[in-house]
Amino acid sequence: MALLEIQNVTRRFGDFTAVDKVSIGIESGEFFTLLGPSGCGKTTLLRMIAGFDLPDGGRILLNGEDLAGRPPEQRPVRTVFQSYALFPHMTVEGNVAIPLQMAKTPAVDIPAKIAAALEDVRLQGFGKRYPHELSGGQKQRVAIGRALVTHPTVLLLDEPLAALDAKLREEMQLELINLQKEVGITFVYVTHDQTEALALSHRIAVMNKGRVEQLDEPSRIYGFPRTRFVADFIGQCNLFSGPVASRGSEGTITLDVPALGPVRIATDSKLSPGRPGTIALRPEKIRIRATSGDGADNHFRGTVADLLYLGDVTVYRIATAGGVRIEALLANSQSGSAKFFEVGDAVDLSWAVDAGHFIEE
Amino acid sequence: MSGPPLLYLLLFFAIPSLIMVLASFRSPGEFGGLAPFLEDGKVDLNLDSYARFFTDPVYAQIFLKSVWYALLTTLFCLALAYPLAALIAKSPQRYRDLLLLLVILPFWSNFLIRVYAWMIILGPNAALARTVNGALAWFGHEPVPLLFSSFAVLVCLVYVHLPFMVLPLYANLEKHDQALLDAAQDLGANAWQRFWRITFPLSLPGVYAGAALVFIPALGIFAIPDILGGPGDSLIGNVIKQQFLETRDWPFGSVLSIVLTVAALALAGLAAWIGRRNLGAPSSAKQARA
Repeated sequence: MALLEIQNVTRRFGDFTAVDKVSIGIESGEFFTLLGPSGCGKTTLLRMIAGFDLPDGGRILLNGEDLAGRPPEQRPVRTVFQSYALFPHMTVEGNVAIPLQMAKTPAVDIPAKIAAALEDVRLQGFGKRYPHELSGGQKQRVAIGRALVTHPTVLLLDEPLAALDAKLREEMQLELINLQKEVGITFVYVTHDQTEALALSHRIAVMNKGRVEQLDEPSRIYGFPRTRFVADFIGQCNLFSGPVASRGSEGTITLDVPALGPVRIATDSKLSPGRPGTIALRPEKIRIRATSGDGADNHFRGTVADLLYLGDVTVYRIATAGGVRIEALLANSQSGSAKFFEVGDAVDLSWAVDAGHFIEE
Repeated sequence: MSGPPLLYLLLFFAIPSLIMVLASFRSPGEFGGLAPFLEDGKVDLNLDSYARFFTDPVYAQIFLKSVWYALLTTLFCLALAYPLAALIAKSPQRYRDLLLLLVILPFWSNFLIRVYAWMIILGPNAALARTVNGALAWFGHEPVPLLFSSFAVLVCLVYVHLPFMVLPLYANLEKHDQALLDAAQDLGANAWQRFWRITFPLSLPGVYAGAALVFIPALGIFAIPDILGGPGDSLIGNVIKQQFLETRDWPFGSVLSIVLTVAALALAGLAAWIGRRNLGAPSSAKQARA
């Protein structure tokens, strides 16, 4: 049995089902992420684990014990709040001391534990400061140190980096990974930021409308999205939908995409002709060239409708003859020129039969 | 601070205070008020009234009693107002305005009428006095008069000043961030610990504001002891009123007023100093400003 078992948990607010029969098992020492757009139920689920909210159905087990009867102050679970929620009338030390004092830690042991926690979050020497004297990143570290000082079984993090600027956020991501490795505590992380989820997590549960759409490792979530929603939510993705035209012998399916034409895709799906399917194709898997054809499985002609120059890469949006827009991404790796194509250039798009991922819907 | 606020303070605080200070060094006139400033080439400036205050112990006694009553009033108001303010701050948004309206509703009737109302409530034939004295008789005790007593004065002092404590406390408690209480609970604090470690320290600016708004007017009050008090319940406010309106000894009345003002300022300063020393004021002061 997993360390934290979420079994069939449901939470309703009036007619609205915020969390709908969710079952997740989170292993000890795991960095687990609940990812989804706002309103998908991820924060509600986190609050139920912390004890601030109770499920209408299902159970939450920690180490095999049902948490239902325990108020938040009696759960071996700590939360890092999005707003940090530092106590403004206490110094950094005072803040970190609170959970120790509440746990009746002998007073002589408290200073050493505070020092260790502040060292964990690289805040040595900040103990005497008040929260209003700290930067956003430092406040965030205090909140994490305060939550970790009593070595909880599970640490819950509710969009902890949302309020930081991009540069600092990236820095804190690396620190979170290292910190989690160091302390070995199970992290349950809530975010709506897919790049953050991919970068940090061992496993991700992608949530939508109260349900888990896919629970997998980051690379599988990105490479093999199971639903249209996951493909669309995680990163950029071209989605080609249409009825199955035919099934090839060697594990391929040809989809008849309106306004584009037949697209072949490698899949072990046994969907019969006529049924609707979708191909998810990442922009970086598409090859763009000025000249046509090398006998690739799928290939189409079009013109560059617009482009986004991002420095390291350029995102090209190609309009095909039928009016379908296909997004393709090209690394600006060629020396001597900034980018390959300009708006209006005629280009040739091609991708291998196994470049995309087939979704049965 | 400059411009309009300065002008306002000058007009309504500095100038009246200055007039009072000047009056305190003069002699009373033959028929009340002040004696002429210049008479027979002699300037009328002396310390006679101050000497009188500091040599006759009866004034210091009345003064201390007034401070004691004001302190008791402040403490009772705090004890009654805190739960009320917290309750209003916790109620659903749509009821809060109504509840606050109820708190200030008594202000819509005249102050004296409200004080006189207590004469009826505490009167010997009212239900309260009958119940109390009935119970006392049952224990074989002599009946006690509720009216015209220190008890009546104190009850009415608390009643009249309660809204002044509720409003600043509410204004403070209403701004408290629920996330802080959630965090405290998450970190292992039970309801009692959450109150004493988080809510109460953060509400201290409200407590100080309410205490000042209650203590200072309660210190100078004269109508309540006049109406509800017994012969021994005269407070410093009564003496000041007496000096100005009955004895018509303005210099001595001014001396008493000045001592009262200085004492109130000193006590307020002391409270602020203790607060800053003991309770981590940098942040709570900052929060009060925010």
